[in-house]
Amino acid sequence: MAEATANGLGQHALHAAHEAPAAVAHADAHQEHPIKLYLVVWAWLFILSTCSYLVDYFGLHGYLRWSLILIFMILKAGLIVAVFMHMAWERLALAYAIILPPILVLVFVTMMVLEADYTLFTRLTFFGSGP
Amino acid sequence: MAETLTHTQTEPRPSGWQGIAADWSSDQRAFKNVSWGKAMMWIFLLSDTFIFGCFLLSYMTARISTRVPWPNPSEVFALRIGGSDIPLILIAIMTFVLISSSGTMAMAVNFGYRRDRRKTAILMLLTAALGATFVGMQAFEWTKLITEGVRPWGNPWGAAQFGSTFFMITGFHGTHVTIGVIFLIIVARKVWRGDFDTGRRGFFTSRTGRYENVEIMGLYWHFVDLVWVFIFAFFYLW
Repeated sequence: MAEATANGLGQHALHAAHEAPAAVAHADAHQEHPIKLYLVVWAWLFILSTCSYLVDYFGLHGYLRWSLILIFMILKAGLIVAVFMHMAWERLALAYAIILPPILVLVFVTMMVLEADYTLFTRLTFFGSGP
Repeated sequence: MAETLTHTQTEPRPSGWQGIAADWSSDQRAFKNVSWGKAMMWIFLLSDTFIFGCFLLSYMTARISTRVPWPNPSEVFALRIGGSDIPLILIAIMTFVLISSSGTMAMAVNFGYRRDRRKTAILMLLTAALGATFVGMQAFEWTKLITEGVRPWGNPWGAAQFGSTFFMITGFHGTHVTIGVIFLIIVARKVWRGDFDTGRRGFFTSRTGRYENVEIMGLYWHFVDLVWVFIFAFFYLW
C-alpha cells in the first residue's frame, strides 16, 4: 500500500511539474481521503441504524417516533451523500444541481397529502368508516 | 478530452455563489473538475431519485387515503427466533448488510485511486457478495410474505394497498441491487486484470477506462444504499 501511495504521489508531482493549476484540479477530481474517515462514517451509520431500529423495538409512538425516524434518516442520508459519494468535496455547481431538485419533491408531498386527505374525507363521507 | 479543458485554466475558479454563476455561465461546461462520466452518473441518480420519490409518494397517498387500517409492519416483518417474535429483525439485518457493503465500496474507491488493484478488486467483490446476500434475504422475505397470503391485491391484515406498494417498492429496489451486483463483478474483473493500467478497451464501449470508473460504480452503489435508508424509514418504520 505504501508503495502504491508513493507511486500516486509521484504521479501527482509529475503533473505538478507540467502545470501547477491543472495538477490541483486533478487532485480535486481524484477524491483521495484517509481510510479512517470512511471507517468513522461507517461506524456512525451503524450507530444511527441501530438507533432507528430501537425506535421500533421499544415501540415508541406518535410524533416522538416520527421525528426520531426522520432525524436518523436525514443524518444517514447526509453522511452517505457527503462522505461516501464525495459530495462534500465537489464544486457547488454540481452539488446544487443535484441536491436542490429533489427538494422540489417536498412540494409534491404537500400536494399529495392534501389530495389524500380529501380522498379520505370523501370516502368517510360516502362509504362510512368501516370497510 | 477532459484534460485539455482543465489545462486551459490559468487561475483558480471562484467559489461559493459566484462560483456557481461562473461555472454555469462559462459557456464551456458547467461541471468543471468532474468528468462527463461522473456528471452523467449523478444526473442519472437524480432521475432515479424522482422515480423512487414517486413510488414512496404513491405509497404515502395510498396509506393516508385508505379507510382500512394499515398492517403493522413491526408485526408483519417480525421473525420468530428462539421462541419469541423479534420485530423487524430481518429488515434490520438487511440494513446492516447494505451499509457494510457501502463501507467496503467506499474503501474500494479509495484503494482504486491508490492503484492497489488487488485490494480494490477484493473489496469490490466483497461489496458484490454483501449485495447478493441482501437480495437473497429479500427473496426470503418475499417468499415468507407470499406464503402468508400477501398479494398485490390484498393481504390478511388490513389495507389491500399494502401488498402492491410493498412489492413495487422493494422489488424495484432489489432490481437496482441486482444490477449493481452484476456491474460490480464486471468492474472488479477489469480492475483485477489491470485494464485501467494497461488501457485495455471495454468489450461494449471500445473505450479505455480509468480508476474513476470505480468511483462512478461506487456512486451508483451508495445511491442504492441511500434509497434503502428512505425505504427503511418510510415503509418499515413509519
